[in-house]
Amino acid sequence: MSEAARPRPPSAHERRLRRDRVILIALVAVLVALVMFPFLWMITMSFKPIDDIFAWPPKLFFTPTFEHYLGLVDDEFAASFWNSLVTSVGSTVVSMVVGVPAAYALSRMEDRIGNRLSLWILASRMAPPIAFTIPYFLVYRYIGLLDTKLGLGIIYVTFNLSLAIWLMRTFFDATPRSLEEAAWIDGATLWESFLRIMLPLSVPGLAATAILCFLFAWNDFFFALILTRTEATTAPVAVVNFMNYEGWEWGKIAAGGTMVMLPVLVFSILVRKFLVRGLTAGAIKG
Amino acid sequence: MNIRATSARVAPNAPWRGRSFASLQRRFYWYCLWPALVVMIVITLLPTAYLVLTSFTPLDLTRPETQWNFSTPILQYELLLEDRRLHNSLWVQAKLSFWTVVLQVFLGFLFALLLNMQGGLLQALRTVFLIPMVLPPIVVAIIWKVLYTPDISPFHWFMEWLGLPVASLITDPDTALMAIVIADIWEWFPFCMLMILAALQMMPEELTDAARIDGATALQVTWYITLPYLKGVLMVAGLFRLIDSIKAFPLIFILTDGGPGTVTEVTNFYSYIQAFNFSYLGYSSAITVLLVGITLVLTWAVIRLVGWGERVE
Repeated sequence: MSEAARPRPPSAHERRLRRDRVILIALVAVLVALVMFPFLWMITMSFKPIDDIFAWPPKLFFTPTFEHYLGLVDDEFAASFWNSLVTSVGSTVVSMVVGVPAAYALSRMEDRIGNRLSLWILASRMAPPIAFTIPYFLVYRYIGLLDTKLGLGIIYVTFNLSLAIWLMRTFFDATPRSLEEAAWIDGATLWESFLRIMLPLSVPGLAATAILCFLFAWNDFFFALILTRTEATTAPVAVVNFMNYEGWEWGKIAAGGTMVMLPVLVFSILVRKFLVRGLTAGAIKG
Repeated sequence: MNIRATSARVAPNAPWRGRSFASLQRRFYWYCLWPALVVMIVITLLPTAYLVLTSFTPLDLTRPETQWNFSTPILQYELLLEDRRLHNSLWVQAKLSFWTVVLQVFLGFLFALLLNMQGGLLQALRTVFLIPMVLPPIVVAIIWKVLYTPDISPFHWFMEWLGLPVASLITDPDTALMAIVIADIWEWFPFCMLMILAALQMMPEELTDAARIDGATALQVTWYITLPYLKGVLMVAGLFRLIDSIKAFPLIFILTDGGPGTVTEVTNFYSYIQAFNFSYLGYSSAITVLLVGITLVLTWAVIRLVGWGERVE
């Protein structure tokens, strides 16, 4: 209708809608500020000169300094960062190599078997970490794996393997079987159809799963706290060590904390789309 | 397509010609599965068995002769019944779990409703709200330690500026648990928000549209239509958080170390103290077996609720 197309002053209803929208945006802005504030405060703290950290009232504007970060470099912190990296990557690789074929098999086998395994797989992810820590601690003490990267990496597989199986199974479930069946008809063996068809098709899923495994291992604090002392300390434990000796080094704590979360933030943005699936693994079907 | 139909139409030169395709397939799947099964047995089942065995001994690391001493198999479990500090820890755990789960589900629901509204801005914000839960738990603990330390906390400064100075929340027995609850809610409400948002986005629009046309207010639609539709996901989100709340550790370790006294000492933390501060690994194992038992029951409930096994074809 030509009448409706002509511009006209907004009706009362439209004005109310617009007002609601402004209120909504304001509300969201306040919520974002509230949620983000604690997190941003720590980051800014890591750049504050030591005097400004204790300034009263707190300073919003200050001359940024890198002294806390530079202090981390020549500390044991650098070594602990390396330990974190090695154990996280190692446990991720093992979990993927062992877990991906298993996830494929579970996705394609009869439902009954998958169901029976599901409680076991899920429970090993849900169990309080101390349940594994006590037996591992006792055995490692005996065989000399305490305070080694190998020992820590092995215990990370306890949760990463079940995570890898769980996530990859949902990815494989979503891949139509007709693709493999077509390959079999063309004479491909089961191995060939798995390696040449299923895996290349699942690259996004594989990447996302590997990153999530890495993050879960990277974020661990409890296992590293108990199973390492000095040689294999990971970054989260090293940061906490700044709290106990020679008073509280707030600048270093904030800088170390920021360093520990940096890879997590970068990867989280990379796998934004799959993050939801990984974080709610098991809770949402598919 | 079923297997029999496939094997009837296989290429004549296929390398596995002559054998039943279904049996080959089954064998292949077992080949894929067994390494994972073996690894899982070695790294999860055996340690669990060892944990249960240890709980039958009075293992004390300072006395090596207690290692394989099964002369008093149920002694540790009898101690569980008498240990006041343990009972206190279960009560603390119950309080912590109750408040965090209820408030996380509630806040998650509100945030999900908000983010479910139209508009690209809100979609982009979803990622922002996820930040607390992807951060390493130890970083979350540090963030809150800063906020709860009066010398350097902007929160304490703000309250003083308002003329309402507060003493440190984490050293006061009356507020220490509340301080942990607040930090835990901040860390994990996004989890509930995510799950509820996913359910909301799958909700058929006809449901709410029909009610709106009939003149229902937004509040009525939420209460009578959206909430009943979300009942299942609210339950599952709550159960997941409940299971995870049993693992609470880094926040308590950094913020209060179980104190003051034992007001924030949850069972998991108490078990840690028994094992790694007092060296009573036998007794700690018995406590942990109890915790694992609770976890198993809750996990089983989740599986029944989600119907994880029934695959969507």
